[in-house]
Amino acid sequence: MDKLIELRDVRKVYSTGRLEVQALRGLDLEVGRNEYVAIVGPSGSGKSTLMNILGCLDTPSSGSYTLSGEAVAGLDRNRLAEIRNRHIGFVFQSFNLLPYATALENVELPLLFAGVSAKERRERAAAMLDRVELGDRMEHKPTELSGGQMQRVAIARALVNRPTILLADEPTGNLDSASGKAIVSLFEELHAAGQTIVLITHDSGIAKLASRVVRVQDGQIVEDVRAAA
Amino acid sequence: MGSLSFFRQMLQDVRQQKLRTALTVLGITWGTVSVSLLVAFGEGLEARIRANQRGLGENIVIAWPSRTSLPWEGLGKGRRIRITEEDVEALRREIPQARFSGEMSRENSTFRRERVRITPEVSANSPIFAAMRNIIPAAGGRYVNDLDLDRRRRVVFLGDKLKQDLFGDQEAVGQTVMLDNVPFLVVGVMEKKAQDSSYSGRDEGKAFIPDATFRGLFSERYLENFIFQAHDASATPDVTRKVYEVLARRHKFDPADKEAIGMWDTSEAEKFFAIFFGTFRAFLAIIGSFTLVVGGIGVSNIMYVVVEERTREIGVKLAVGAKPAWIQRQFLAETLTLTAVGGVCGMLVTFGFLAVFPLLGLDEYVGTPQASPLVIATTTALLGVIGMIAGWFPARRASLLDPVVALKLA
Repeated sequence: MDKLIELRDVRKVYSTGRLEVQALRGLDLEVGRNEYVAIVGPSGSGKSTLMNILGCLDTPSSGSYTLSGEAVAGLDRNRLAEIRNRHIGFVFQSFNLLPYATALENVELPLLFAGVSAKERRERAAAMLDRVELGDRMEHKPTELSGGQMQRVAIARALVNRPTILLADEPTGNLDSASGKAIVSLFEELHAAGQTIVLITHDSGIAKLASRVVRVQDGQIVEDVRAAA
Repeated sequence: MGSLSFFRQMLQDVRQQKLRTALTVLGITWGTVSVSLLVAFGEGLEARIRANQRGLGENIVIAWPSRTSLPWEGLGKGRRIRITEEDVEALRREIPQARFSGEMSRENSTFRRERVRITPEVSANSPIFAAMRNIIPAAGGRYVNDLDLDRRRRVVFLGDKLKQDLFGDQEAVGQTVMLDNVPFLVVGVMEKKAQDSSYSGRDEGKAFIPDATFRGLFSERYLENFIFQAHDASATPDVTRKVYEVLARRHKFDPADKEAIGMWDTSEAEKFFAIFFGTFRAFLAIIGSFTLVVGGIGVSNIMYVVVEERTREIGVKLAVGAKPAWIQRQFLAETLTLTAVGGVCGMLVTFGFLAVFPLLGLDEYVGTPQASPLVIATTTALLGVIGMIAGWFPARRASLLDPVVALKLA
């Protein structure tokens, strides 16, 4: 199995004035291609910090992080932006769509930063919106969409640049249960189609659907369970 | 996305901060108007004063024979020096780097045409006098020429106001006027010119005749004054010194005796004006710039607010792969656009004002402010610099946002 993510003895220390908080205390994690990993843990466990580091939004204080064969720890802001653009597709709890842009334009955004031509951007974004069954909502603005639809636009945006990893942070947290279920089943479809997914949640019902559940507590992995395949 | 989205984002910002954006743009507009109008007025005034200067002549020196104030070679002081045409000939011979013209004049000769009688100043001089004093004949006429001198012709060249008084709107060239009952042929009329200073009345009210004719008619031998002009303005002091030397030798007075020949060097004024207007223009530009800087601070301020409001959006963009430099460029471009809008509005106001100004009829006093290339270049350069500085700091703050922090803000 290819190792897409490899964390070795990752520590993250936040210092606020004289107080030092160890968010991650020597964490090791490997994620292989086409895995569907749920990271669970109570709030304050360090799972958000882990998510930020996995998503290259933040860098570890010490330890190494290899993403798709590339050492990420210690890269500068511009290189990290490139890696996020190429390897990571983010799905947030609060969707984080640009409010004044249409669904299509929101999905095009990562391609804009990847330097893709306008025509190709449009085609790929439209295809991806079709993929999440929003082909008829392309010109709608986020305010004209339901929560479930907004999250599907966000997923289309996350996937449009064919990321190595889809990184989702409580993707169903702001949705009613029916919409949430639709999103979860979309994730299963994507996984079945070969997409590597890392999902952060505190909903054990959703975590159960993943092929592997990693439990984080006090900045360390306390449990790592693979579902029988 | 791309540019379309950029403008849409801007419109979004403008809509969310309507009043503040409007006031900001107004600040830039006002600053632009201040800079461009002040510089334009400075230029117009300078052009006006320089034109007035030219009316007397450019870098000419006017010399009046007077009395000696120093004893010289046994001759006491207070001796009267009288200059003749022969002296002017000697000056021409000995000082080739300048041109000279003597002038005689009369104020008690009467011009008569039909029932109009006028007693203007009559100036008798040589053809180059006109060139030195910027006396330009209007179309259809000419100034006194060498042939007029040789043949002592009775021809007259009229100042434009004198012509108007004698002939009204009628054509004057080719007509005859009587000067002390002697018929004179009008050969030319002066083109209207601006003249702020004179030493015997403005040229517009004078009559000019050949000096040879004048000498014959009035049996006058001595010049009232003479003027000279160095071919190169910077040689004026040198030429002036030589003039004293030549005349001192011919008339036996101390070459250091500046009172024997009184002189008015108009190039002195030129030097004064060069310094004065350099300072004046810089002063106006600085005052205008301060106004524009205040406008720039307003723009910078509103951009900080925009960055604050869009923090989350910046976080999203960073998360999906926008490089910090891209974010910075976006805000810089937005600031420059706001500045440019204000600048264009300001320019339009200025152009509008400049279009209306000539109708006020103040040209004679303060000149006509002009949107010269200097005005436009100064204003544009200032706007660009201020826009860049105003945008730089908020844009930099935006680009330095930590994506984790930016995304967490609700």
